[in-house]
Amino acid sequence: MPSLGSIRRSFAPWDDPAAKPYISFKNVTKRFGDFVAVDNLSLDVYEREFFSLLGPSGCGKTTLLRMLAGFEEPTEGEIFLDGQSLKGVPPHKRPVNMMFQSYALFPHMSVADNIAFGLKQDGMEKGARDERVAQMLKLVKLEEFAKRKPDQLSGGQRQRVALARAVAKRPKLLLLDEPLGALDKKLREETQFELMDLQQQLGLTFMIVTHDQEEAMTMSDRIAVMDKGIIAQIGTPAEIYEAPNSRYVADFIGSGNILEGNVASSDDAHVTIKGGDGEIVGALRGSKAPANGEAAWFAIRPEKMQVSRSKPENVDNALEGEVWDIAYLGDMTIINLKLDSGNVVQASMINRSRLVEDPIGYDERIWLSFSADSGLVLER
Amino acid sequence: MMRAITNRLVIIIPYLWLLFFFLLPFMIVLRIALSDLEYGAPPYTPQFSLADGWNVMWEKLGQLDFENFGFLASDSLYINSYLSSLQIAFFSTILTLLLGFPLAYGMARAPSGIRPTLLMLVILPFWTSFLIRVYAWIGILKQEGLLNQLLLWLGLIDTPLEILSTNKAVYIGIVYSYLPFMVLPIYSTLEKMDESLVEAARDLGCTRIGAFWKVTARLAVPGILAGCLLVFIPAVGEFVIPDLLGGSGTLMIGKTLWTEFFNNSDWTVASAIAIVLLVVLVVPIVLFQNAQARAAEAGR
Ligand SMILES: Nc1ncnc2c1ncn2[C@@H]1O[C@H](COP(=O)(O)OP(=O)(O)OP(=O)(O)O)[C@@H](O)[C@H]1O
Ligand SMILES: [Mg+2]
Repeated sequence: MPSLGSIRRSFAPWDDPAAKPYISFKNVTKRFGDFVAVDNLSLDVYEREFFSLLGPSGCGKTTLLRMLAGFEEPTEGEIFLDGQSLKGVPPHKRPVNMMFQSYALFPHMSVADNIAFGLKQDGMEKGARDERVAQMLKLVKLEEFAKRKPDQLSGGQRQRVALARAVAKRPKLLLLDEPLGALDKKLREETQFELMDLQQQLGLTFMIVTHDQEEAMTMSDRIAVMDKGIIAQIGTPAEIYEAPNSRYVADFIGSGNILEGNVASSDDAHVTIKGGDGEIVGALRGSKAPANGEAAWFAIRPEKMQVSRSKPENVDNALEGEVWDIAYLGDMTIINLKLDSGNVVQASMINRSRLVEDPIGYDERIWLSFSADSGLVLER
Repeated sequence: MMRAITNRLVIIIPYLWLLFFFLLPFMIVLRIALSDLEYGAPPYTPQFSLADGWNVMWEKLGQLDFENFGFLASDSLYINSYLSSLQIAFFSTILTLLLGFPLAYGMARAPSGIRPTLLMLVILPFWTSFLIRVYAWIGILKQEGLLNQLLLWLGLIDTPLEILSTNKAVYIGIVYSYLPFMVLPIYSTLEKMDESLVEAARDLGCTRIGAFWKVTARLAVPGILAGCLLVFIPAVGEFVIPDLLGGSGTLMIGKTLWTEFFNNSDWTVASAIAIVLLVVLVVPIVLFQNAQARAAEAGR
């Protein structure tokens, strides 16, 4: 039985019906006046999980974290942490630390004092505290900056202080609101791995908000894709990428092509839709095929299509069109093909060889082909 | 070239301002303070004058006797006036802070839509003359005044309280008059403060009250200092309030100075009082400057 993605997971408590969730949102709604920021949302996160929230700006990610940290109370519904209701529990009594999107560094304290703040509150003695602070400074590579005030740091450095301050107490649950957004690519990747290490070593549960899909994919056990206060889909990175449950998720994660049509026929594994681009057969998502005649959408990733000059033989699907745009990215080349229907489809080719005999050029008519299993038929 | 000239003008103008409106009057007052009392008009003999020429002036400078300053030290009235002024100013500053901080805090945490209105309300009293407002307090505080009538009507007291013509009325007057000077600087520091700092403190283990002291109050210190000095410094030299609301027992240096000047026509001692007052106030003013500089340093 083939499975999604190329890795097999040993850590998957969400598939175990006996596993008890560590965090549990039960039908949580949060309203600000008339505005519904979080809409009847239910969500389970398990101990030691690295959980990411992904979604467009304003979809309620920060609000979700703030409810966990105790700065907002749900308007309706309840949140449980380790089986205990969090209703009315003040922030300082929750075993949760949060890294703020705005960093919220104390401007009157040095970097070291900022990091030590929470430890002092816990009454940790000075020796141990200094050691922990030094360790945190090392984690975020700010050893030389211990004595500086936050306003003497760059944006990325401030972000790292905020991260160090939140991690310093080693809370059982760490909430990170876009922790790495201001860092350059290299530092971000290094910090990602350090964070994953830390999480593994200390057995913490992480809930992290990010705008960077690659980051979410790299670090997370599971990802929740949010849309206007609801969760559109929860799943492992591979599930989210390879088996999106809706056009919204398919479109939000990675780049994708979506072609519209109506269901023409179906069996227990595949669905054929017919639209402006002719008949396309794709894999059925779920167990029940939509009725014939229903509107449906075919979604396929650019890397799952083959490019050829001549009409391909013996393939499930083939689309012909005119080369509209070519982008050479080094490791691969992206081709935008304008189909006769006017739809533009994107395909990517890995550049396996350095020299290409007769590369595809603009305005050429070429073919894209793909098997039925490489794309999905979605009902919404 | 044009640029250089405008730049220089920008620097020169405030200095000219200080020269004409502070230094020059100060020198005149100092000159009177160093003169001898005489019955005439003006009621003093200058010890030296520009007309004598520089050489004579230098010579005379060496012969100055500072007798007016010596006189201040010899009569306990003056020392007591200074001390009593400092005391009244100190306690009214504390009272103003106790009243002003919560007010400023409430304003800074109010919905942003109504903040301008609240700010207007704080500034509103300035639209009426200071003198008239202090005068109005007589109507409120006197024996058969509004306050006593209200308290009697409520049954809280049986006999009218004696407030007017006591130091209590002076405190009330100063706290009332200078409250905006306390509220505004504190408000401006609190308003700028990021609310998420308090949340961060609570997240890291502070109670609500702990977070207030460690973050809110701590970050408001520059505003509090500015407010306190803006109240304390003018309150020390206050004349109108003790004169209108205080009684014969109210000793304040502003009142003493006025008496010397207008009742005793002793310009020389009055000027000496003013000079000493300035020297006394230079200490908190320098403190204030330091605090401002440090706040600017920290805010960078
Ligand atoms: N205190 C508040 N009062 C009113 N509306 C609020 C408040 N806090 C958040 N909102 C609204 O709730 C919605 C969700 O906000 P939230 O901060 O959770 O978004 P987000 O997903 O974190 O977005 P971003 O990615 O931009 O940080 C937004 O539309 C926001 O305007
Ligand atoms: Mg946010």
